[in-house]
Amino acid sequence: MARGSGRDLAGRGTIGGLDQARSETDAAVAAVFREEAGRLTSAMVRILGNFDVAEEVVQDSLVAALDRWPQQGIPDNPAAWLMTTARRKAIDLLRRDRKWAEKVALLERSSVAETESEDRLRLIFTCCHPALAQDAQVALTLRAVAGFTTSEIAAAFLVAEPAMAQRIVRAKRKIVAANIPYRIPEGDELPPRLDAVLAVLYLMFNEGYLSRGSQPGMRRDLAEDALWLCRLLDSLMPAQPEVLGLIALMRLNLARSAARFDASGELVLLVDQDRGLWDARQIADGVATLERAAAQGRPGPYQLQAAIAAVHAEARSWEQTDWHQIVLLYDALLGLNDSPVVRLNRAVALSHVAGPQVALGEVNDLSMALADYHLFHSTRAELLDQIGEEAQARQARLRALELSQNPAERALLEKKLGRG
Amino acid sequence: MKFVLLFVGTRDDQDRWDQMTPEQIQASMGGAGDWFERFSREGKIAGGEQLQSYRTVTTVRAENGKPVVTDGPFIESKEVIGGFALVNVKDYDEALEMAKSWPAGPVEIWPAVER
Repeated sequence: MARGSGRDLAGRGTIGGLDQARSETDAAVAAVFREEAGRLTSAMVRILGNFDVAEEVVQDSLVAALDRWPQQGIPDNPAAWLMTTARRKAIDLLRRDRKWAEKVALLERSSVAETESEDRLRLIFTCCHPALAQDAQVALTLRAVAGFTTSEIAAAFLVAEPAMAQRIVRAKRKIVAANIPYRIPEGDELPPRLDAVLAVLYLMFNEGYLSRGSQPGMRRDLAEDALWLCRLLDSLMPAQPEVLGLIALMRLNLARSAARFDASGELVLLVDQDRGLWDARQIADGVATLERAAAQGRPGPYQLQAAIAAVHAEARSWEQTDWHQIVLLYDALLGLNDSPVVRLNRAVALSHVAGPQVALGEVNDLSMALADYHLFHSTRAELLDQIGEEAQARQARLRALELSQNPAERALLEKKLGRG
Repeated sequence: MKFVLLFVGTRDDQDRWDQMTPEQIQASMGGAGDWFERFSREGKIAGGEQLQSYRTVTTVRAENGKPVVTDGPFIESKEVIGGFALVNVKDYDEALEMAKSWPAGPVEIWPAVER
């Protein structure tokens, strides 16, 4: 992708051309996987009636494609190539099945083209079923719906590949063993289940977004894939205001991504970002999406977070930011979902309206709830600095450093501690 | 498909119940009886019981091939099983809905092996 190729060109100028060609192929393969994997998995679940086996043959086919396509080129009809490969692998696996002949006949007749959009929706809801742990929901969605390989997911979440494989296998076995149905939830059940799906997509997005620029060599971009999945969800299930809200939120964050890292790959905070680098088109798209969501008059946490991001995106400078508006939006967010993290963010906005001392008071109230949250300590450090409590600020920053996992955030903390 | 729903309570709860009159116990069960009645009518309950206090439980296990009998549950825990229901439903989501509507505390959903 753009990020990968830019890095390669900058880092290894002499073979930049070759790397660029490679990353273009990678991007093309990723685009095909993204489009086809979920469709193919849905088709296979329908044919085989077993989520575990279906998902496995699709994964094997993707791995086979990754092996072949970079050398031989992407076939003219990649969907058909993947289907044929998956079909062959399924037939191998089915030899021991009692209904072998029946299923093989079905495999011969079926094509991916028969996949209904409802099938893909079923797949998404099954992968994000509340009976599975959230980390398993994320991994399964990436694999089955977005066509990631296990090693890519492991790399994205900094988990050893065997551990990630184990997590996925356990989740799939639970789906089959506990008879978790392959269905779209209805009625009262739908809102909480949709929330669970959105939570998975948002987590995926944040994981990708926060590590952007700090993990060179990744073939796929989790943040882009999360946005793609969210748009897929919107196309399958139109006019859900919170789905639109999350799309808007993702777009507004992505719009700033070029300004989030400096030339040496270090994280640049919002206050210091060059707003000229923000993607005006992405901002306009994000705002338009948010307006479509808001027109339905059913506000929710993602719409409100997107609205906060929009206020930032539309401010010409840090100083001209409408902090009053942001505090009001946080109040609305707290009304829907009172959480210590939201209170922490509200306190930051409040510091611009009412001063650091008042904000620090609010932050200190959260010290029990957020004792192990690195951003609590780094936020406290900033506010302590502003009122001249440098020694305490340093203590808070050291604690933040102990708790932070993200390399870019750690580098920034080190720098502020004078170690950078 | 069959699932066993295990109704989880605490030792403290059970000890409190031991001090109560039958009427008080009935009142503090908070609709558990209605729950059983409702799902029995829907034909989803294949069996189930409320269990007596953990203080009445005995564990038998083998040590060097000989059975050893000890007082109390096998797993030492603040939480205890207060009862169970064997349910027979279409799929996991139905069992989950039943568990969600249980009015008297946490529920574990155990899928049964199908043969």
